[in-house]
Amino acid sequence: MFDPIIRVENLGKQYILNHQVEGFYRYKALRDVLVNQLKFLGKNFLQFQKKKITPPTKELFWALKEVSFEIAPGEAIGIIGRNGAGKSTLLKLLSRITVPTRGRITIQGRVASLLEVGTGFHPELTGRENIYLNGAVLGMSRVEIKKKFDEIVAFAEVERFLDTPVKHYSSGMYVRLAFAVAAHLEPEILIVDEVLAVGDSAFQKKCLGKMGDVATKEGRTVLFVSHSMSAVTQLTKRCILLSGGQIQFDGKTNQAVQLYLAGQKSSDEAAAYYQAPYHKTGNHVAWARIQTSEGQGIHCWGQSIIFEFALYITVPHESLCFCFQVVNEFQQAICIFWLFRPQAPYCHNKGTFLLKCQVPKLRLYMGSYTITTWLSERCSNTVLENLTNLCPFEVTMHKFERPEYEWQRDECTYLDDADWKVLEC
Amino acid sequence: MSNSHPPALVIEAGRTEKQYWQDLWRYRELFYFLAWRDVLVRYKQTVVGVAWALIRPFLTMIVFTIVFGKLAQLPSPGVPYPILVFTAMLPWQFFANSLSECSSSLIANSNMISKVYFPRLIVPTSAVMVSFVDFIIASGILLGLMIWYNFVPDWRIVTLPLFILITTAVAMGSGLWFAAFNVEYRDFRYIVPFVIQIGLYITPVGFSSAIIPQKWRLLYSLNPMVSVIDGFRWAILGGKSQIYLPGFLLSLSFVILLLVSGIWYFRKMEQSFADII
Repeated sequence: MFDPIIRVENLGKQYILNHQVEGFYRYKALRDVLVNQLKFLGKNFLQFQKKKITPPTKELFWALKEVSFEIAPGEAIGIIGRNGAGKSTLLKLLSRITVPTRGRITIQGRVASLLEVGTGFHPELTGRENIYLNGAVLGMSRVEIKKKFDEIVAFAEVERFLDTPVKHYSSGMYVRLAFAVAAHLEPEILIVDEVLAVGDSAFQKKCLGKMGDVATKEGRTVLFVSHSMSAVTQLTKRCILLSGGQIQFDGKTNQAVQLYLAGQKSSDEAAAYYQAPYHKTGNHVAWARIQTSEGQGIHCWGQSIIFEFALYITVPHESLCFCFQVVNEFQQAICIFWLFRPQAPYCHNKGTFLLKCQVPKLRLYMGSYTITTWLSERCSNTVLENLTNLCPFEVTMHKFERPEYEWQRDECTYLDDADWKVLEC
Repeated sequence: MSNSHPPALVIEAGRTEKQYWQDLWRYRELFYFLAWRDVLVRYKQTVVGVAWALIRPFLTMIVFTIVFGKLAQLPSPGVPYPILVFTAMLPWQFFANSLSECSSSLIANSNMISKVYFPRLIVPTSAVMVSFVDFIIASGILLGLMIWYNFVPDWRIVTLPLFILITTAVAMGSGLWFAAFNVEYRDFRYIVPFVIQIGLYITPVGFSSAIIPQKWRLLYSLNPMVSVIDGFRWAILGGKSQIYLPGFLLSLSFVILLLVSGIWYFRKMEQSFADII
């Protein structure tokens, strides 16, 4: 129902990765280009009869792909994601530093972006001169800077050193001054990238407070990128979680943070995948995989999940039985699923067989889980293979909101739908 | 803070923004501050400060006067040889400084280019401004020389700004090409000093262009600085130095072509600067 101040439609940014075939020059040099061209021509000429050779390896890489969202005026939005998820690229596109390869951005208002503190600071110039210069770089007019000058100086706490070249400043003073200038910008839209990690803790608190003021009291639109989940939670209500250049989640901050943290946890371990060692012989599980609802080992409560196992069978037997348990962090088995079918092909033939087990509605509550598999022979009661701690995955509640009381991690292990009735007696 | 509601900004793939030239105007203060910063930094922490802008052209002028005027006995069209040399030295130094500052300006400001948006055209333009300040300061020497030799220019001096404008156009045009090339191919910076060095010898700085045989003059005019220097001499030295009109017009059209193509190429490359710098 609002008129968006920023509208992003199907945005994409592609980079070309140049793989240097020989040598390790960081920059492209004209000499290299000419030499490569000549080599290329020469090779083509020599192998004229054969097929053409492709030029030096080039790889296309989408840093951002099919990203769309809208932002209402006065909203404070967090943008989170792992390194390389495309956060910085998104900010660079929004602040017009680079141009998109695809898509469109519509912005209603003046944008100031703060991707780095102290952009344009010159060490030879004094604090006073740098305030003017940096202000101009960030898009302030001279009149504006003049008006705000005293405020900036007071915020940065550098009154005594105003006429000292900033090269003599301590790094703390330098950063304080730089942030102070940026904090006094007055655009309709402010884009901030991880600049709060500066100065001592007291100054950090001050910065966070200032940012909060900008977002809440002054009613400006703020886009805030950070790896600090506490800062994001403190400053924003809505969050966009990027992953691999795409939007993984767009919604309430605490849900996004939850999903982000879950993703981080599962990425530490091999996410939801197991592969048997090469030297293994006899009947065994060749690989196991879990298709979670969000991918990358993250599953949302109540969604359909698929467990897949490949059985490698060298000795088929009528009473082969396969089962697996889902185990929680405390190594307690929560549920068990089994397959005992004497007429199944793996009971009669050798080879590799794929077993797929779909659970239409997985009701495990938020937490970390692994699976344990059992491959056994029922008639002789022998366990052929028992694997534990396979395919770690995370269950989150990020698609379900409980506004009265936030989801707590250890509330339960199993959560079901329920119908409540309250009757007066 | 502007009260008027700014128009919607649309950023789209493959579209050069219509607001570019408007933006250039909006960011004029940044242009002013960048030029001011470069001037300030240039003369800070130097012992003789502003004198640097004077010493270099002055010493070169003395050397050229001795080598070309005294040793080589090259003719002068009825003006003291130092003045003849210096009227050429001024635009040449302006051009040479602008070109080298311009071509390295983007690399020197790479951190700004990769972190903030502004029309990139501001950077090389402000680099030219810094050289222009040097030019103004060095003009003081010419004034001194004219007083020393009791030389009074005539009405033609009022046309001088026109020739300064042409010099700026030459410097900007070639500077933009070099600046854009420099971002993509880093070895271009080795070419610039070379161009300037060669240029000094094939441009009539130490001598009058009148000594060039008539049949070669049109070809010689392809060097845009030839006409600029002829123009400077014509404006300052009065009727004693002539402009070779066909050559001048050829030069002028070449300069316009250089400037327009320079801006075109720069604009074309500008979008990718932040990605490759």
